[in-house]
Amino acid sequence: MPTTSKPILSGLILDENCRLTLDEISAACSVHTEYIIELVDEGVVEPVGKPREQQQWTFTGRSLVRARKARRLQQDLGINLAGAALVLDMMEEIERLRERLDRLG
Amino acid sequence: MEFRDYYELMGVDRNATQDEIKRAYRKLARKYHPDISKEPDAEAKFKEMGEAYEVLKDPEKRAAYDQLGKNYKAGQDFTPPPGWDAGFEFSGGGFGDAGGAGVFSDFFETLFGQGGFARGERQAGGFHARGQDHHAKILIDLEDAMHGASRTITLQVPEIDSQGHVRTRTRTLNVNIPRGVKQGQQIRLAGQGAPGIGQGGKGDLYLEIEFKPHSFYHIEGRDIYLDLPVSPWEAALGGTVKVPTPTGTVDMKIPPGSASGKKMRLKGRGIPGKTAGDFYVLLKISLPNADSDRAKALYEQMKNELNFNPRRNLGV
Repeated sequence: MPTTSKPILSGLILDENCRLTLDEISAACSVHTEYIIELVDEGVVEPVGKPREQQQWTFTGRSLVRARKARRLQQDLGINLAGAALVLDMMEEIERLRERLDRLG
Repeated sequence: MEFRDYYELMGVDRNATQDEIKRAYRKLARKYHPDISKEPDAEAKFKEMGEAYEVLKDPEKRAAYDQLGKNYKAGQDFTPPPGWDAGFEFSGGGFGDAGGAGVFSDFFETLFGQGGFARGERQAGGFHARGQDHHAKILIDLEDAMHGASRTITLQVPEIDSQGHVRTRTRTLNVNIPRGVKQGQQIRLAGQGAPGIGQGGKGDLYLEIEFKPHSFYHIEGRDIYLDLPVSPWEAALGGTVKVPTPTGTVDMKIPPGSASGKKMRLKGRGIPGKTAGDFYVLLKISLPNADSDRAKALYEQMKNELNFNPRRNLGV
């Protein structure tokens, strides 16, 4: 085993404070910008501050996580966008309830 | 190489209709989808099923597989006869992106993979071939989120060797766990996924943060909860008690007349962040055992001198 020390990598935390442009979020999801626009129309993701101009749209890291999940759910389970949106919201709700259950249990 | 029984994997009959196979797949996919399932081996199961479905959903592949697998059972040693796929007409559109996050078994690759079945245009589809992004969960301690830390993680990375076989390589990475991460949060390491094929760029690596369960702290978002045992007199008379927090022991004042279950907040002592979480203490009154004459006498004295009916609100 070589003992050379490897560099320590730092990543981008995909949270509420991280900001991605429409192009960046599309690239990170490997989709066309049109797909992200559809997600916005369906309410799966929401641009920060809801500006009218698409050029000014930015998204949080949470939106990236949701967009990627929506795409996987659609591809793998054959559900439409509205269904994927519902699944995402319910999964987040279940996650919150699980945490609460863990605290009370 | 072991023979894989795709019918058994999907729990369908050998003479199931295409519709039945599709229904079985949808049902299993909902159960084991890695984004939904909490089963520990969901991802592996999901990939197995995806592979089975990839073959059984395509009537051409299914017919070839049936022809080939007539006399085999799952796990049996298997070698495809030379020219086994002659005489079948394949329309292409095969699933051949072995560099993707999900890689099919050697069994599949031999039959339908490189240079075999997938002669047509290669196209990516479904979770398996989604690209070169990698995902990993990383278990951290609450303390790591409080202070930040660097952790070494080990990943199993599928790779294609010079002969076109798929091998798994172990890769270790040192990663910074930033201060203030939350349960379920993802960290994106750009360019740390699988290498692209041809002109394709490198994928990304997504790390999902998961906290190791703590013996007495419970975490909800950025807030931390602690059940704090207090004596009946501490709750009744009030007082100052010691409270453990992930950043050290603090003194906390309990007001007189505190009930069991009373929630007290230590503001900003949760997981740090732009808006730091809070630390919540829930009082749990702990009773001394009446296991000595002295203790029994004290309980007797309370019974006689305190006119206390805990069930007054129940009307009894």
